[in-house]
Amino acid sequence: MTEAKPVKDNQHTIYICQGTGCVSGKSLEITEALSRAVAETGLSGVKVDFTGCHGFCEQGPLAIVEPEGIFYTHVTIADVPEIVASHLRDGKPVERLFYKDPVTSQAIMYHNDIKFYSMQQRIILRNIGHINPERIEDYIAVGGYKSLRKVLKGMTQEQVIDELKRSGLRGRGGAGFSTGTKWEFCRNAKGDQKYMICNADEGDPGAFMDRSTMEGDPCTVLEGMTIAAYAIGASEGYIYIRAEYPLAVKRVRLALKQAEGKGFLGKNILGSNFSLNIHVKEGAGAFVCGEETALMASIEGKRGMPRSRPPFPATSGLWGKPTTINNVKSLATVPVIIAKGADWYAGIGTEKSKGTCVFALTGKIANSGLIEVPMGIKLRKIIYEIGGGIPGGKKFKAVQTGGPSGGCLPENYLDQSVDYESLTAAGSMMGSGGMVVMDEETCMVDVARYFLSFTQAESCGKCVPCRVGTKQMLDILERICRGEGRPEDTDLLQKLGEQIKAGSLCALGQTAPNPVLTTLRYFRDEYKAHIEEKRCPAKVCPKLISFYILPDKCQGCGICARECPTQVIVGGKRMVHVINQDKCVKCGTCLDACPARFSAIVKVSGETVDVPSEPTPVKAEKPKASATA
Amino acid sequence: MVTLAKDNLTKADVQDKLKEIFSHYTGDRQELIPLLQETQEKFRYLPAAAMREIARFLHIPESTVYGVSTFYAQFKLTPLGKRIIRMCRGTACHVRGASKVLAEMEKQLGIKAGETTEDMEYTLETIACIGACALAPTMTIENETYGKMTPKKVAEVLGDRSKAS
Repeated sequence: MTEAKPVKDNQHTIYICQGTGCVSGKSLEITEALSRAVAETGLSGVKVDFTGCHGFCEQGPLAIVEPEGIFYTHVTIADVPEIVASHLRDGKPVERLFYKDPVTSQAIMYHNDIKFYSMQQRIILRNIGHINPERIEDYIAVGGYKSLRKVLKGMTQEQVIDELKRSGLRGRGGAGFSTGTKWEFCRNAKGDQKYMICNADEGDPGAFMDRSTMEGDPCTVLEGMTIAAYAIGASEGYIYIRAEYPLAVKRVRLALKQAEGKGFLGKNILGSNFSLNIHVKEGAGAFVCGEETALMASIEGKRGMPRSRPPFPATSGLWGKPTTINNVKSLATVPVIIAKGADWYAGIGTEKSKGTCVFALTGKIANSGLIEVPMGIKLRKIIYEIGGGIPGGKKFKAVQTGGPSGGCLPENYLDQSVDYESLTAAGSMMGSGGMVVMDEETCMVDVARYFLSFTQAESCGKCVPCRVGTKQMLDILERICRGEGRPEDTDLLQKLGEQIKAGSLCALGQTAPNPVLTTLRYFRDEYKAHIEEKRCPAKVCPKLISFYILPDKCQGCGICARECPTQVIVGGKRMVHVINQDKCVKCGTCLDACPARFSAIVKVSGETVDVPSEPTPVKAEKPKASATA
Repeated sequence: MVTLAKDNLTKADVQDKLKEIFSHYTGDRQELIPLLQETQEKFRYLPAAAMREIARFLHIPESTVYGVSTFYAQFKLTPLGKRIIRMCRGTACHVRGASKVLAEMEKQLGIKAGETTEDMEYTLETIACIGACALAPTMTIENETYGKMTPKKVAEVLGDRSKAS
């Protein structure tokens, strides 16, 4: 732990996180209250400012006091007076708001000492949480737009492309193609007009890497995009952003306007011969538009349906012109590679997967949030050290990477290296960065059904195997979850899955069966239990579970009956309550409602519990406080 | 097949409102999606008459406008309620029990996902992911995000409405 540094008089900036997570925890109001309190206290040297998403959403709302880097978690409006009086005025940081290490329970004052951050290597996310994303001056102050200047003042297109190729950067949208090579194809393609597109149509459920990058540091995306446009020779650019991300749209538009104002965009950028206009296009809610040919069709004002490749966009893209499409994170990396050099970047990561990758770590994990780690890191390190493990003492079951198209990997893959090749070999994929952790209470058949319901609904309908095949697979999975599975179903799913992969035009269909195929491969037992024993081992699938009130534990308090949303629990004062099994909707509200000291309700699957059918007087003795388990 | 809403809008009403929108477009085919987005913002849905006018303005078949409008999830062909509730169905929300929250919401509002309450107060939608996974399960009402939802908290966020009814 770092020693406390002396706090200098009155020269602080307190940054409040205004990422989506913290905003829903009232961080806008906190910022306002802080500004007011600082003004009222007359602290002229203290600035109140805001940043994009720090990534540590679980601990929000977050605040950081610079220059010391003192980090506050779970800040509320009620904490504002104390922060202002004690810390900002008297120089005594407020210890009760420090992050508490979940293992050692130690309070940690500095941002850099928190394991969640110290184990990361932030390149793409380098500025997020430290600069105001709505002020280009802040970006310039941390070295922003130096790379663009370097490129335009002294690098040829070939030199930029060569630098990218040597860096080993691969597309962060998921496919993992060499970014430099992609640019080279487009630069060498014949055409009077070329286009540069930034793919910000982040549609994977459980993923918010691109969103946070655009909300937290939009300028770096624009700088990378401008460098890319220069390298390929494009004079027009498009950023395609989901309309569901209104804040990202707003911040990107603002960053565009500010860049134009500073001469980083528009005609004759920085006095060179290079000119570029960038337009923002808002997506209209179709997952398939993340696929590059569908995305281009959407920009052209058409239904976003993929087409076959070749021709690749590099030769025939938007309106038939040579086009390069890069993911947000690939572009955010570009300025750093130019600034620090290809050799530096290529020194990070594994032999074939260079640099860092960003993951949205979510699901059954203690530290949900946004992380950036070097390629080649082990899954175990991400989940247990950075992620803080599974909450509530539950057991790890699977980790799902690559969004709805990825696979679910079991425990024996925890020592798997995270890189493009290893994940693909295991039946999953890198994808664009979603990472969902599942524990023993997650049913793998239900998860496969969930993913398929998503891809099935999002299939554009062009290819028959994808349109009809995913529907058939979904029907089969639904009947398995209902307990109506047939013995031949697992083979049928396997066969259908392989056919859909082989017979679909775009990555949506080619990867849609992955969650089913990997769960069949690694969790076949769970399918078997559902089909043969009509049992859901994780006790999730509603048709296969039952709730019972144990007569030897029930105290007749009546809480469960009051909470039951369908009112199917009968009882009375000091009577053992009974659930009407025929009418129960298996919501589990009663289980949560039953006081822990009684623990009278059990959830079972594949078995029945012998309980009276009518309420009977309570016989059980009131448990003593010490007897509770 | 999606049916078009029967509404009381006259052609003149629609043309009047569209005139202002059209004034900052050139009539190029690529403007179809932004045009539909702005039209929907104005009317809260896409009236059939407006779709016809847009087809004429862009010199494209009405069927193309209909095709694009029904392809993208964002576009609605029936009027939406005053406030739109979006329940996240993302992976993180799913594994943390979003379906129970959705079921409770459907029960409290008396409608299914995709429907609008009779008083036109709320439209209930599901959304693939709002990207606030650390707060799972999440939902939004208009621009307000609610995190760590439980079936119990549903009544709370609906607030006065459930008390009044």
